Amino acid sequence: MSVVRITTLSKSISNLFKSLVSPLALNSFFVLLITLNISAQDVDIAKGKSLYNANCASCHKLNKKLIGPALKGVSAKYDKEWLYAWIKNSAAMIKAGDEQAIAIYEEYNKVAMNAFPQLSNEDIDNILAYTDYVPEPVATSTTVSGAQSSTGEPSLANDIILGLLIVVLLVLVTMLYLVTKTLTSIAEKNGIKIDQPKSEPFSIWKAFIKNQFLIFSSVVLLLLSSAYFAYGYMMQIGVDQGYMPVQPIHYSHKIHSGANQIECQYCHSSARVSKHSGIPSLNVCMNCHENIAEYNGEEDLEKGYTKEFYTNEIKKLYKAVGWNEETQSYTGDTEPVKWVRIHNLPDFVYFNHAQHVSVAGVDCNKCHGPVEEMEILYQYSSLTMGWCIDCHRDSNVKVKDNEYYTKIHEELSKKYGVEELTIAQMGGLECGKCHY
Amino acid sequence: MKKITFFSVMILMSFLTLSCFDQSKPNYQFFPNMYESVGYSTYQESDAFANGIEAQLPVDGTISRGWVPYDYPDTNEGYELAKKELLSPLEVNDENLSKGKELYNIYCAVCHGSKGDGQGILMKREKFLGIPSYADRDITEGSTYHVLMYGRNLMGSHASQVNAEERWQISQYVISLREKLIK
Repeated sequence: MSVVRITTLSKSISNLFKSLVSPLALNSFFVLLITLNISAQDVDIAKGKSLYNANCASCHKLNKKLIGPALKGVSAKYDKEWLYAWIKNSAAMIKAGDEQAIAIYEEYNKVAMNAFPQLSNEDIDNILAYTDYVPEPVATSTTVSGAQSSTGEPSLANDIILGLLIVVLLVLVTMLYLVTKTLTSIAEKNGIKIDQPKSEPFSIWKAFIKNQFLIFSSVVLLLLSSAYFAYGYMMQIGVDQGYMPVQPIHYSHKIHSGANQIECQYCHSSARVSKHSGIPSLNVCMNCHENIAEYNGEEDLEKGYTKEFYTNEIKKLYKAVGWNEETQSYTGDTEPVKWVRIHNLPDFVYFNHAQHVSVAGVDCNKCHGPVEEMEILYQYSSLTMGWCIDCHRDSNVKVKDNEYYTKIHEELSKKYGVEELTIAQMGGLECGKCHY
Repeated sequence: MKKITFFSVMILMSFLTLSCFDQSKPNYQFFPNMYESVGYSTYQESDAFANGIEAQLPVDGTISRGWVPYDYPDTNEGYELAKKELLSPLEVNDENLSKGKELYNIYCAVCHGSKGDGQGILMKREKFLGIPSYADRDITEGSTYHVLMYGRNLMGSHASQVNAEERWQISQYVISLREKLIK
């Protein structure tokens, strides 16, 4: 009996199991079918990405409004055929009076989207597949946090080790003190007097005072050394070499000029044509930062230069220039950025950037140092008169392709009997050249 | 005891002389009134004007010396019109082209690439994406000038950095790059 019972039980269980499993199997079969179907259409997300980066990314971002709308999930919003037509020639659709097309055109301030007749329907499918593609939440976040903690650990460990060392040192010092104390007390109890040498230094002093030559020479030495230090101290007054003020926005020349290799004159454009190198107005910043709203480059965690830190500095720029990130437009509500001037010659000196940059072709780095490596900008050169004169004595005048100098160059090189003239020989040391 | 005070004084003094220069502040000056004259310096803070800055915007309608009027509006129609009919006042010669090249490498190459193929350093580092090659766009000297003047889409106006003549020199060089790319 018991055997029969067991077999019926097992049968009923297997039945139950089958009834449960079959819909699953059917489902998985359908899923397989669908995936097959898709692969038959050759939707290639990687290809879509490269097409997207080449054609769309200059005006669209996936998650954020830029010149045009955010493209994530765009295929769900519009009919596919409509999207094909729109991407290939949006202007024609607006002219034809398509309602959806006109609505979009009006919403985005009547900015016409470029026509892409070169894209085939398959290309557009690939692009749409990329915009719909949601990357699986891979374990990147955990690896990032792991990396952070691993970089954070050593500094903590160092602190602990240092603390321990200090404690050990303190213990040693107290122990030594206690030992000497007990030893002297023992000695006193035993009736031993400890002599401390007191008279010796006194006798040296006496001998020193009696020796007149020693006194004379030490006085001379003292005077000379104090004169040396006084001279050194006086000479550095008014020299701001190494001056590194804190700026209202943490602008990193290391990132802009170093990593991104933007030319100095892109921002300091007036160095080319005027006396001043000039602080760029914020519209120059916005030439790039309309697009670059967050920092994604290297971090320096030890100094606290994290991605959030840099992104926050970009937000400061947006606030000053009155840029609304949500609507991608200017609010008109601006405030000046109070940059602190670093290189500042005294008012009684005339210096002209254009003469040095455009005419002489002096490299910016020659005076301003390795700016492309400076996270925080500082004054590299001393900017003293001696420093100017040194360069004017050593550098030759660039006379090639410069008709202005042809005649005077010929005459002066005859006078001095040299091939190449220095600036000093051209009168570059005359007082009135710079002081008037 | 004397020794200890002597040494502590010495250490304190050397510390003082070493720590004299605070990097975040400018140094002392001899006769500061000769270093910084009474007149305002550019961008100085000042209560002479309502907004607290010495530098003021020019009065409405002011025209700076050498300014050339530009009649095409900053619209799609203006762009199309400039592309169709705006011609450069400069003749094509080596001087203009070399000047244009120099300026192009400062102001344009960082995004558009030194060959104009859209492969500038900012594109390679993926700060900007989708910068087109000049060969793929139907551009003329006039449309290039128009875009330099007003900017278009993500590209901002560069009129504050280069003047009218320099814009034309850059446009000339851009078209020469495009011709090289098309070949």
